[in-house]
Amino acid sequence: MSDVPETAGGAGRTASLIELRGITKVYGHGEAAVHALRGVDLSVGSGEFVAIMGPSGSGKSTAMNIMGCLDTPTVGSYHFSGYEVSRFDRDQRALLRRNYLGFVFQGYNLLARTSALDNVELPLIYQGMKASERHGLAMQALARVGLEGRETHDPSELSGGQQQRVAIARAIVGRPDVLLADEPTGNLDTERSREIMDLLTNLNKTENMTILMVTHEPDMAEYAHRIVTFVDGHVASDKRNTAMVA
Amino acid sequence: MLLETTRLAFSAILRNALRSFLTILGIIIGVAAVIAMVTVGQGSTAQVETDVSKLGSNLLMIRPGQASQGPGSAGGAYSASLTLKDVEAIEAEIPSVRAATPNSSQSMTAIFGNENHTTTVVGTDNRYLVARDWPVETGREFYDSELRAGAAACILGTTVVTELFGSSNPFGETIRIKQISCRVVGVLESKGASSFGSDEDDRILIPIRTFQRRIAGNQDVSMIYAAVRDGASTDKAKTEIERLMRERRRISPGEEDDFNVMDMKQISSMLTGITSVLTGMLSAVAAVSLLVGGIGIMNIMLVSVTERTREIGIRLAIGATESQVLFQFLVEAIVLSLIGGFLGIVFGLTLAFAGSRMLSVPFMPDAGIVALAFAFSAVVGIVFGYFPARRAARMDPIEALRHQ
Repeated sequence: MSDVPETAGGAGRTASLIELRGITKVYGHGEAAVHALRGVDLSVGSGEFVAIMGPSGSGKSTAMNIMGCLDTPTVGSYHFSGYEVSRFDRDQRALLRRNYLGFVFQGYNLLARTSALDNVELPLIYQGMKASERHGLAMQALARVGLEGRETHDPSELSGGQQQRVAIARAIVGRPDVLLADEPTGNLDTERSREIMDLLTNLNKTENMTILMVTHEPDMAEYAHRIVTFVDGHVASDKRNTAMVA
Repeated sequence: MLLETTRLAFSAILRNALRSFLTILGIIIGVAAVIAMVTVGQGSTAQVETDVSKLGSNLLMIRPGQASQGPGSAGGAYSASLTLKDVEAIEAEIPSVRAATPNSSQSMTAIFGNENHTTTVVGTDNRYLVARDWPVETGREFYDSELRAGAAACILGTTVVTELFGSSNPFGETIRIKQISCRVVGVLESKGASSFGSDEDDRILIPIRTFQRRIAGNQDVSMIYAAVRDGASTDKAKTEIERLMRERRRISPGEEDDFNVMDMKQISSMLTGITSVLTGMLSAVAAVSLLVGGIGIMNIMLVSVTERTREIGIRLAIGATESQVLFQFLVEAIVLSLIGGFLGIVFGLTLAFAGSRMLSVPFMPDAGIVALAFAFSAVVGIVFGYFPARRAARMDPIEALRHQ
């Protein structure tokens, strides 16, 4: 696609999966209005691994929520896979999330007192998949993140790193096009963080999964192909990462 | 999906077993109360009906006073009392009447030796035994001479025998009723069960003339029993008695009867009427507690929704639609109240069983009311679960995920 911003470097070569145009997000009205995003343009191609950085209040989380279809922009257009999704209603967005997006959060957000396997099966339940089929896929996903033998464990019986692996298994079990990770290593020590990042990198490489990751740790951003930095609701820089770790 | 959601609801309920139990306590009590009330009520109604049939379904009662005043209110407007001549006329002139007998009674204390016992003293004749199908078991009936002369002879019910004589032989003994010294000539067969809550065997029969002269002090008969022949129509006999009595009491056409003839069906329907009104009232009170139970469920579901905000956020984020979340919480509320309904039914039937035994009425569980209680608790779940479920479904996923 030719209209990818210059700063996107070589990313323009890949097909554009996510395309934000003039995205503005305003919270509140009149005097109390807060502009979280002020005209953001951003394209992400299929198979890219993008790190989104920026100080708190820069709008990176808001941008992430909009790209994850958890939120809608006040102004602007968002094309996902060529479809204009910024005016989708709640249920349409829910279906989009269910079928094309996977989420990993800083706080893992697993269901308490629910086994790892049941947690991973959850998205498939909403897809209406049969129990036997669901079971097999969830086992595979847990194996993929290296948690064989832990299927029956409750989140409380797992370490932070293991819980985040369960969360990743849950995010990828439905084979989404995009994995959105919001500070996935925020609660983990360096060693565990590295393991999680290796896992994400591996998913990106072997499954060609597009990954969008919000982080404030430069070490973690180094794993991505591309680093987008937000400041005051704008994209301040969009660089190809030359110092890629893996 | 329904199966999955139900399974999910069960696990959510079990996760908070104690709280879930406290939540449904209101439903349990409400359903149990309704079921216990209705079941015991129906048992009592059935008991009344059995009692009436035991009394004889072909028995007619003739009393002075207007029918509209009902039985026991004969003392309203003055109306001429019945006499022994009326008894004779009914038996003689109405072919479908098998036996007619006078029945004047009063509650009195009978004394024998050191024992005394308050019982019902009935002034009547030997036809009473025929009309009531109630033979003398040991001893004899009244002699005609005793009846004519108003002799001091008495026939005892078994309860009176037990109370006054214990296990010793009452025959030939003399008991004292007021100033009358009465010789015991016979003992009635035991009727066994109570009727309308009173013990049928707790009575003393004396000749009607003795009663009139020495107890009542007049020539009145307070009531006449007329037993209708087997196979003959009770309604027809009733009409015939009414015609005869109008004639005898010289009531001109157009005037109302100043007496009434009741059959046992009427008495039975009156009594069951009272029972069902009572049952209905108590059930209404119980139903209110069901409503309160429903509000309890709503309350806890709202708390649960707030508590599980984060969980709802996760579900929405991974692609649950609004209706799926709504459905999940609704099913949870319904499952919760159905569990309450089920426990309430079990508890209610247990209570009803114990209550029936205590009141010695038959235990008659009714499938209809059980089904109704179950359906009602489902409705409670839907109605009171909807609001919290909608609140959960409409949450903003971002807000919900941020919730601590």
